[in-house]
Amino acid sequence: MSEPLIEIKDLRVEFNVREGIVKAVDGFNLTINRGETVGVIGESGCGKSVTARAILNMVPKPGKVTSGEILYYRRSKENPSDGQSRTTDVLDLTKLDPDGETIRQVRGGEIGMIFQEPMSSLTPVYSVGTLINEAVSLHRLSPVKRVGAQITETIQTHRRVTKAEGRQIAIEMLRKVGIPKPNERVDSYPHQLSGGQRQRVMIAIALSCEPVMLIADEPTTALDVSIEAQILDIMRELQESSDMAILFITHNLGVVANMAHEIVVMYMGKAVERAKVQDLFYQPQHPYTRSLLQSIPKLGQKKSGERLASIAGSVPDPFHLPPGCVFHPRCPAFMPGRCDTITPQWTQVGDDHWASCLLYEEAGK
Amino acid sequence: MSVTNQTQSQAQPPTKNDTILLDVKGLKKYFPIQKGFLRRTVGYVKAVDDISFFVREGETLGVVGESGCGKSTAGRSIIRLYEPTAGQVSFKSQVLGSNGQTKTVNLLDLNAQEMKSVRQEISMIFQDPVNSLNPRMSVSDIIAEPMIIHGMKMGQDTEDIIVSLLERVGLRSDHLRRYPHEFSGGQRQRIGIARALSLNPSLVICDEPVSALDVSIQAQTLNLLQDLQKDFNLAYIFVAHDMSVVEHISDRVAVMYVGKIVEMAETDALFTNPLHPYTEALLSSVPKPDPLYKPHRIMMQGEVADPSNPPSGCYFHPRCRYAQDLCKEKSPEFRQIKHDHWTACHFAGELKLEGI
Ligand SMILES: Nc1ncnc2c1ncn2[C@@H]1O[C@H](COP(=O)(O)OP(=O)(O)OP(=O)(O)O)[C@@H](O)[C@H]1O
Ligand SMILES: Nc1ncnc2c1ncn2[C@@H]1O[C@H](COP(=O)(O)OP(=O)(O)OP(=O)(O)O)[C@@H](O)[C@H]1O
Ligand SMILES: [Mg+2]
Ligand SMILES: [Mg+2]
Repeated sequence: MSEPLIEIKDLRVEFNVREGIVKAVDGFNLTINRGETVGVIGESGCGKSVTARAILNMVPKPGKVTSGEILYYRRSKENPSDGQSRTTDVLDLTKLDPDGETIRQVRGGEIGMIFQEPMSSLTPVYSVGTLINEAVSLHRLSPVKRVGAQITETIQTHRRVTKAEGRQIAIEMLRKVGIPKPNERVDSYPHQLSGGQRQRVMIAIALSCEPVMLIADEPTTALDVSIEAQILDIMRELQESSDMAILFITHNLGVVANMAHEIVVMYMGKAVERAKVQDLFYQPQHPYTRSLLQSIPKLGQKKSGERLASIAGSVPDPFHLPPGCVFHPRCPAFMPGRCDTITPQWTQVGDDHWASCLLYEEAGK
Repeated sequence: MSVTNQTQSQAQPPTKNDTILLDVKGLKKYFPIQKGFLRRTVGYVKAVDDISFFVREGETLGVVGESGCGKSTAGRSIIRLYEPTAGQVSFKSQVLGSNGQTKTVNLLDLNAQEMKSVRQEISMIFQDPVNSLNPRMSVSDIIAEPMIIHGMKMGQDTEDIIVSLLERVGLRSDHLRRYPHEFSGGQRQRIGIARALSLNPSLVICDEPVSALDVSIQAQTLNLLQDLQKDFNLAYIFVAHDMSVVEHISDRVAVMYVGKIVEMAETDALFTNPLHPYTEALLSSVPKPDPLYKPHRIMMQGEVADPSNPPSGCYFHPRCRYAQDLCKEKSPEFRQIKHDHWTACHFAGELKLEGI
């Protein structure tokens, strides 16, 4: 039953900055199946958002996809009930013209995206002259337009509805995501909403087109836990009713534990571990994953003044990457002579469970 | 000031004193709702509606509550980024005092010059790191800006302070010449934290300061905030949605609902023995990092309350599973039920509520 929807193969994205080249994504592989949720977790700056943007062919400048492919198994739109078998095209999203017709149908229509920091565009100074390449305005809230109009426009771009119907859907979506008085709030400007309300408007936009895949980059960070739970329910319902796949990027391990079927852990642009959600939390294999899990403050165990465990050292300088395994300078299981010389390979460490760590290479062979 | 040579302190119960640093009374912030061509005011969004609380020196007050309940507005009103509609905000100021004596002032009475001085002592980490970082300034300029505004000259000293601040928040000195858009979400958040700490404040209003950080850097940052608190007797107002973070860092916690504080208590008491049904519902929704955990979520029925037209009586009554007729009619008083445990619920203490 697992039918691949997106296959990321050996993706590399580089940023050419003054001091040299940052390899933001450095040989990343991932398959996302229809109807499944893949969680992506990992160090801040490890390339999660850049990967997500690469799927939509929206890598910010001066970033470039330097190699690899992102295959999208796109079903033809024909009605499945008319007896004809459905055809599936395979599109390499990285090869599409970023301003072309096809990618515009995909973006926001077939693949919906909730961006981290939906409010960034609200500062006038930010939208002028920054280098962030916003290929389409529909993924950012425009400060000068009412939120209802912004949702309606997206709906109309991707669904055949009238303006009035679009507005009605917009109000319904705002209600679903828990905005009070949606029929009045539909006419607010973004600055009149709280951080979490703006984030929910973005969620409403992303879900209003009934996408086959939702890319959710920190979708609920600005929300209180009860609205968060409600939004996650909406996502799960949509997933069940329409077989929507979700790429769920988050730092909130509580949320990802409850949402994801499978989890990928990233470090410095690479996947370092991948497993079914239960295995990842109960049998983490990579030392980085283990350390991450240990850094979470545990609820209900407050000790005054207690310090949290964190990973020693800091992320390496991207221009002078350590040899061997890039995690070795911070790794509690560091094996001198091996980890600092040999680059670990992607190794199977259990059922559907993979890691790249020298601890497992012999065992795996 | 010097952040350069702080000692890494060991875990010890923090010594907190009882001196009140900030005392907020009856704070209100109403946003006018304007309609039509003439921009007539047809009503008000009561974003912050008569809240009172205090913060002791060196203490952390956590603030949680529904998205849109007024947490950011309250923070911004205290330092007058928004002009409050009513209230009093007493603050024990060093810079406005003389001969090393502090002086307690009402921030709402200060003129622009005095307010500027006080901003050295109260800084803010903004919820949206991008909004607060000027995209045309390099990281070094962004962190230096508050110091320059307050009359420090750029030189080796300031440069050193900036580098040590950057390192303490887990960034590297080679980041100094980069611009905000070249960073990931979490890296930008740390730039905002470094900037807020650059002036050696006595109170930092932290609005979702760690929400964009991975758990390891979050841990480092929380440890850093705790170290600084101990070393400089810093006080924090710590707004966050992550309940485990709030529990970890806070001495006391305030829970807000539609512009009002509905419960306030010491952290342990609030988490284990909540007295307000909204707090109970909130705690029941906290996700746990355990895929086998099935939460017993209390579903709140009904619509989220609208701060421009709140319900009658207790604002929470339409969504409260314990609501009685009284709750529709009469608005509950914010009162002390147990030692240092305050709440606004008619039936506080009578209901058996579930904590963590
Ligand atoms: N416009 C840019 N110019 C230069 N470098 C960039 C740019 N955008 C991102 N980067 C770099 O690419 C790397 C990956 O960034 P990305 O935003 O994908 O991180 P992330 O994993 O999403 O982190 P976070 O959890 O903090 O959001 C980072 O090291 C960042 O500094
Ligand atoms: N400039 C403004 N004009 C009108 N209404 C506003 C303005 N700013 C905020 N509001 C409204 O005031 C209320 C409180 O907003 P605030 O940003 O303080 O919420 P918050 O508690 O910080 O929420 P979040 O957790 O989502 O950040 C919201 O209903 C919001 O829509
Ligand atoms: Mg990101
Ligand atoms: Mg806020």
